[in-house]
Amino acid sequence: MLDFFMGHYAYWFTIILLAIGLYGMLIKKNLVKKIIGLSIFQAGVILFFVSVAMKNGATVPVKADNLPVSEVSNYLNALPHTLMLTAIVVGVATLGVAFALMINIYNRYGTLNEEELLDKIQ
Amino acid sequence: MIIAFTLLLLFAASDLPFRGDPDNQMNQEVSMTGTPVPGNYYIQEAYHDAHTPNIVTVILGDYRAIDTLGEQIVIFTAGLITFLLLRNRKEGEEDDE
Amino acid sequence: MTNRSPSPIVLLGTRFLSPYIMVFGFYVIFHGHYSPGGGFQGGTLLAAALLLIRIASGTKLAQLQFKDYLARPLAAFGVFIYFGTGLLALLMGGYFLDYGELPIPGLEPAYLRYWGILIIEIGVGLTVMTVLTLIYDNMVKGEDYA
Repeated sequence: MLDFFMGHYAYWFTIILLAIGLYGMLIKKNLVKKIIGLSIFQAGVILFFVSVAMKNGATVPVKADNLPVSEVSNYLNALPHTLMLTAIVVGVATLGVAFALMINIYNRYGTLNEEELLDKIQ
Repeated sequence: MIIAFTLLLLFAASDLPFRGDPDNQMNQEVSMTGTPVPGNYYIQEAYHDAHTPNIVTVILGDYRAIDTLGEQIVIFTAGLITFLLLRNRKEGEEDDE
Repeated sequence: MTNRSPSPIVLLGTRFLSPYIMVFGFYVIFHGHYSPGGGFQGGTLLAAALLLIRIASGTKLAQLQFKDYLARPLAAFGVFIYFGTGLLALLMGGYFLDYGELPIPGLEPAYLRYWGILIIEIGVGLTVMTVLTLIYDNMVKGEDYA
């Protein structure tokens, strides 16, 4: 039972993050809060990938002289790290696009509330 | 619906392998269908291929270089989009006046 | 935004801090082969050094450090460095982005890959730095019109 807990608690934390992000995206009416929820959701996904790459007794994927490369269990799995490295920066860039759109919406309609926005558009 | 989503994910997570176990399926030499797993190949051959100790850099710059090119173009496009969005508004306003 | 006179302590503090962040960013880019780091992280640090001055002293004063209109050409130039490296390898008879075929004389293919990775990381760092600065500048500009 304790083994099960120690092996899975990282996944549960990421699931909590995903649930908070989904709550922010679906329930909140303000568009900025929706974007914050999206960002939290993204952080959950990134943390999930990084925690999957974990190996007990391994070190960071930078080659050290006293650890032979042929022994795979010496190093962490480097592939999820690479993917998430690019995903973080792309996430920041798309966040910039989202906020630029939001500035335009505010300048045009004067509100960021979803319901008022729907009223004004019609 | 969010509670249902959370419960579904918790149910799915109970089947995931233990975190940090070196014998996970992801860290094996060959996958279930008999094809080689890329993670091990990268660790074993990265220094031999590019003489760079940082394996993450080798994957980012060499093995997955086209992927990184795509990501860079995405970033560049995002910057251009912010520029175009906020500039068009300025000119449109001048046209209205 | 620029009308408010900034506090001299904040100005001096950011002016003191910004070059060191910049040096650390270059270190992260160029030492990315031996330690955790690379183009994305180093570019973000360089952008942090630029944005620190921009936030502290206002956009007008920060033009002395990094000009506004330089951001877009430099971002395009970063993409061009990356793409040109790949295209050069293609023209020299290899695959696209196959650094083993780069025309640098006197090096084995493995060391050619080493230098190729360094070149594309410089391109990535340039693009990330300029695009983050570009996003901030445009947002401030859009906000002034609101």
